[in-house]
Amino acid sequence: MRRYLVRQLIQLVVVVLGISLLAFGILHVLGDPVLLLLPQNAGKDEFERYRHLLGLDRPLYVQYWKFVSRAVIGDFGKSWYADTPAFKLVLERMPPTIYLTFSGLAVALLIALPLGTLAALKRHSWVDSLCTMLAVAGQAAPLFWLGIMMIIIFAVRLRALPASGYGTWQHFLMPAFCLGAALAPITMRLVRSGVIEIMNMEFIKTARAKGLGEPMVVVKHALRNACIPVITVIGLQFGQLLGGAVITETVFAWPGVATLTVESIRNQDFPVVQCAVILLALLIVSVNLVIDLIVGLIDPRIHTA
Amino acid sequence: MSTVSAEIEQARVQTPAVERATLRRLLRLRWGVLAAVVLLLIVASAVFAPWIAPHDPLAVNIRHRLAPPAWIEGGALANVLGTDQVGRDLLSRMIYGGRVSLVVGITAVLMAASIGVLLGLTAGYFGRNTDWVIMTLVNVMLTFPFVLLALAVIAVLGPSLKNMILVLGVAGWPIYARVVRAETLALREREFVLAGRALGMSHLRLMFLQIAPNLTSVIVVIATLQVAQVIIAESFLSFLGLGIQPPTPAWGNMLGEGRVYMLNSWWIATFPGLAIFVTTLVINLMGNALRDWLDPHLKL
Repeated sequence: MRRYLVRQLIQLVVVVLGISLLAFGILHVLGDPVLLLLPQNAGKDEFERYRHLLGLDRPLYVQYWKFVSRAVIGDFGKSWYADTPAFKLVLERMPPTIYLTFSGLAVALLIALPLGTLAALKRHSWVDSLCTMLAVAGQAAPLFWLGIMMIIIFAVRLRALPASGYGTWQHFLMPAFCLGAALAPITMRLVRSGVIEIMNMEFIKTARAKGLGEPMVVVKHALRNACIPVITVIGLQFGQLLGGAVITETVFAWPGVATLTVESIRNQDFPVVQCAVILLALLIVSVNLVIDLIVGLIDPRIHTA
Repeated sequence: MSTVSAEIEQARVQTPAVERATLRRLLRLRWGVLAAVVLLLIVASAVFAPWIAPHDPLAVNIRHRLAPPAWIEGGALANVLGTDQVGRDLLSRMIYGGRVSLVVGITAVLMAASIGVLLGLTAGYFGRNTDWVIMTLVNVMLTFPFVLLALAVIAVLGPSLKNMILVLGVAGWPIYARVVRAETLALREREFVLAGRALGMSHLRLMFLQIAPNLTSVIVVIATLQVAQVIIAESFLSFLGLGIQPPTPAWGNMLGEGRVYMLNSWWIATFPGLAIFVTTLVINLMGNALRDWLDPHLKL
């Protein structure tokens, strides 16, 4: 277990370094910050002066080192737009994003666990076919379109829910459902195949032979084991989930990191973009690690092998 | 006649479970064929857009702006799906909009597949340090939300068709690399590869002429399914105004424009989204059918 942990931690550091390189490279290799900062009609010496001022005339590896050594202590520079530290701006917007992500996850599980189990237990029945159809349709529906359709129906037509914004529990309903609906299909398929696999195992026969009732067999014996692949995949999908949160935020004007990132991209405010991207990646990587550990606790066979 | 039908009836009663599974597969293939036909229609309408579209997609007609679809009061048959905020025909714009999505989808996927297959083959074939470097790169890319990466790159490069294809192509390769690497690891130990090596074949020949042909079906299945994902990603970027720029019609930017008018004119946002939905749906159905047909054991 300890060796496993060390290996995971090393991988985490490598991945975070890779992402910082990516975030750095996107701005400094693909683009030129000075070109984005100064007006187009600025003189050549003006460009040179700024380049020197920002340390952009130094070799790339020196710049990267400076960038990383500052980023480690949370210094991503000041926002070019708002004159506040980028780190502070991003951190303030983090909670709404995290709430949205987890409520989306909760909705996905609320849909996927019962439907997936039902589909597995009634395999090849109309329930199963219906679930498959729902999953296929759900995977094809673009998240941002789904969100807009929900706004048109529930906010514009029925006037039942607020169209956008943040604050009360009503504001959570549509974004959370929208995000959950996007993650539910793949989760449901996994629950289904997991339960099918486990229902054929020996210990289920044993449980039945002991005379346990079918609900007990399913809930206590089958579902618990089916959880492992589901948790693992949720870990792997967490990045996608956060990507979905990015899309959901922009549709519902949710005041999270994603809306901030899109705003900052429009304003060409790169310190904020870099900081947001790195912090989100850090969040994903650490969630992956935690999920790995949880899986290890539920099923010790995985890591000792 | 009656004996024949009786025999059929009897055969049906006696169908064992295995054959029923085959039957289910055939049935699913039929869905795939149906999906392929719909997709063909969508592709054809995009290709022949100038001949099919009832109006010029860019023709502005302020007097008929925000006209509802034909079946709603106030709608006219001239604009079956209604018009947008400056009176352009929605149906014509949708037909033309398919061009962007399909071109971006196909070219970006070709690019992603080429990069991914090349790196996956290299990682799986050579193993050791090469493998470690490439797979770390894959892990970095897979950790990063695709949408964020695309947003950041577009922000620096500026929005254009070329940049979007580039971003989506470069961002999409890790899945190929991962699958191809895993298959290559298994294949390189097989007898025919060992025999090739014993005959003195070069690494390149072993990789591309001996191992790669065995991966065709996997790659085709992933690529098909990925076209759908790329179309959604492209639409989202255009929806945010970071992809295809107006007035060029693309499903994504139509949806983005329609969002502003959704309070009174729901059709502007609804139909382009429906087009994206139907296209990705049929591509996914076709991909699933292809998988069942080419490689039923493939888990994707």
